[in-house]
Amino acid sequence: MEKFTTVTSIATPFPRVNVDTDIIIPAKHLKSIKRTGFGEHAFETVRFDAEGNPIKDNVFDGERYKGARILITGDNFGCGSSREHAPWAIAELGFRCIIAPSFADIFAGNCVKNGILTVALPQEQVDALVVAAEAGHTLHVDLNDQTVRCENAFYEFDYNPSHKKMLLDGLDEVGQTLQSLVSIKSYEEKTKLMTPWLFRA
Amino acid sequence: MSQEMPKITPKTMYDKIWDNHVVEDHGNGVALLYIDRHLVHEVTSPQAFDGLRVAGRKIHRPDSIIAVPDHNVPTKDRNLPNPDPMSAAQLTALEANVKEFDLDYIPMDDVRQGIVHVVGPEQGFTQPGLTMVCGDSHTSTHGAFGALAFGIGTSEVEHVMATQTLQLRKSKNMRVSVTGTLPVGCSAKDVALAIIGTIGTGGGTAHVIEFAGPVIEALSMEGRMTLCNMAIEAGARAGLVAPDEKTFNYVKGRPYAPKGGQWEAAVNLWKSLRSEPGAYFDKEIIIEGSDIAPLVTWGTSPEDVVPITGLVPRINSFMDPAKQEAAEKALAYMGLKEGQAITDINVDRVFIGSCTNSRIEDIRDVAEIVKGRKVASSIIEALVVPGSGLVKEQAEAEGLDKILMDAGFEWREPGCSMCLAMNPDKAGAGEHVASTSNRNFVGRQGPGARTHLVSPAMAAAAALAGHFVDVRELMGRE
Repeated sequence: MEKFTTVTSIATPFPRVNVDTDIIIPAKHLKSIKRTGFGEHAFETVRFDAEGNPIKDNVFDGERYKGARILITGDNFGCGSSREHAPWAIAELGFRCIIAPSFADIFAGNCVKNGILTVALPQEQVDALVVAAEAGHTLHVDLNDQTVRCENAFYEFDYNPSHKKMLLDGLDEVGQTLQSLVSIKSYEEKTKLMTPWLFRA
Repeated sequence: MSQEMPKITPKTMYDKIWDNHVVEDHGNGVALLYIDRHLVHEVTSPQAFDGLRVAGRKIHRPDSIIAVPDHNVPTKDRNLPNPDPMSAAQLTALEANVKEFDLDYIPMDDVRQGIVHVVGPEQGFTQPGLTMVCGDSHTSTHGAFGALAFGIGTSEVEHVMATQTLQLRKSKNMRVSVTGTLPVGCSAKDVALAIIGTIGTGGGTAHVIEFAGPVIEALSMEGRMTLCNMAIEAGARAGLVAPDEKTFNYVKGRPYAPKGGQWEAAVNLWKSLRSEPGAYFDKEIIIEGSDIAPLVTWGTSPEDVVPITGLVPRINSFMDPAKQEAAEKALAYMGLKEGQAITDINVDRVFIGSCTNSRIEDIRDVAEIVKGRKVASSIIEALVVPGSGLVKEQAEAEGLDKILMDAGFEWREPGCSMCLAMNPDKAGAGEHVASTSNRNFVGRQGPGARTHLVSPAMAAAAALAGHFVDVRELMGRE
């Protein structure tokens, strides 16, 4: 996984509340057995009309926010299904950081696994950043000191320390956990005695 | 010096299940948590199997997994080739993967095949006190048995396969109590919608919700599954109901259930799981059951609920400007007017099914309403999709299929079907669907489709009338 330390870029404002994973990537596009190819269908109903024609000046395809690596959005972003195709699709659009007042739990977890930083800030700070993004200002997000800077604004955010380490180091989480194999096996020996019916004889 | 007893903090059910599964405590509420059981389906697993192959890793405990296809499967003409080559490829990939990794697999032509969250409980795979995961957010369903069950993404599916654990931060405790009794004509679905309408789709975020109170205790296991299924729609990591005699009776004798002398030991263990008196909940909500009415969603979020006797809300009834904008967009998408009576909304299609409402009790509810009556001629299609082959078999043994087909419903093969329209079952643009599923998101049941979430009885009533109608007006005949 690509390491995450800082990202400096203009930001795409998409201040909608309760953006669900069906908006991020509709279920009909989940049929691939690969991890790639979802970006072209990301935010389909925002980017294309019912006939599949591009919607002019939508924030994702317009010239205005081209090259943005930060997405600023509304409360409860990523609610709905557990599909990891949602962060895969968002990453393919070029985003590495999402800023919102809050995120759905499963979605936020899926972002970490894909090197995307989710930054939760109070509503009024998000509102201010939307205004700054619309004005074309550059944002600077630093995971090390957990800050967002833009013009005169300086905001600090909370972030799960173990997720921070994962993003900073770009770790393979499975490999890391397998270092605990001894504890896992000793846990299993203990539970096998208490609940033998959970194990195949 | 006073001699005080050491203080023992009373624990919630969630605290107990969590503590029982900690492999390594990493401090600050973060732990490596052991996962007892894992359900696998065709949509969120192929990339996980691929990840294992690329890294040359094995599945740590193949006996902890059941795999079953459900999201993509056609609900009719199963003898013919799958009409969608992409779906077919996903189904073939699952079949090849379970063979390669030696997993328990229920193929499409097996009577036990069905929606993963119907199959797990039916097979006795779901049990109190377990940690259970699946690459599907509606894994919360299994909380009905007092199992800590939650949806995970594909990377986590791979992680659980390889390590039998997840690195997790503990959620907060929340309790939603439903007091009193539920009025006639209301079901677990109305309870779920009432709760989401009250706390919102973000109301449970970062929490595990324990559902409690007399209304919950009175629910059947099927009803509790419906309720916990929609805990995710309230944003919760998981839902839980304390196991009781109903739970034990449901599990007993099923294929994966403990047998012989182990049964007693299991029940004793399960009885110790209840939240202790005085246990601390970070958030408490109390809802009076007798205030609940049959509900219908009017918008594009499961929190957009209104009683069948009510009206489509006015945009200025929302205080928050972001909510006003969302409501305006939702009304435009749904083709509804502010202040319009819910009973004036015409229904084009009816879908009875999904992991929320496709169990035998749901099908009985529908049959009771439609017996001897006819689906309105204006309805394009009225589908009943049982949750599993075993539900189908049971319904047919009770003659329910006959009642439904006589009334004009189609009786299909089990699967997720029109809940998310990954298979050929879809609604057309602009069509209003009375649906017993769990999500009324934009385009969920087909591009432009307008979903209204309701209980099975309310969907049945809408099928007969051709528009939404208070099911209580159709009850109590004979």
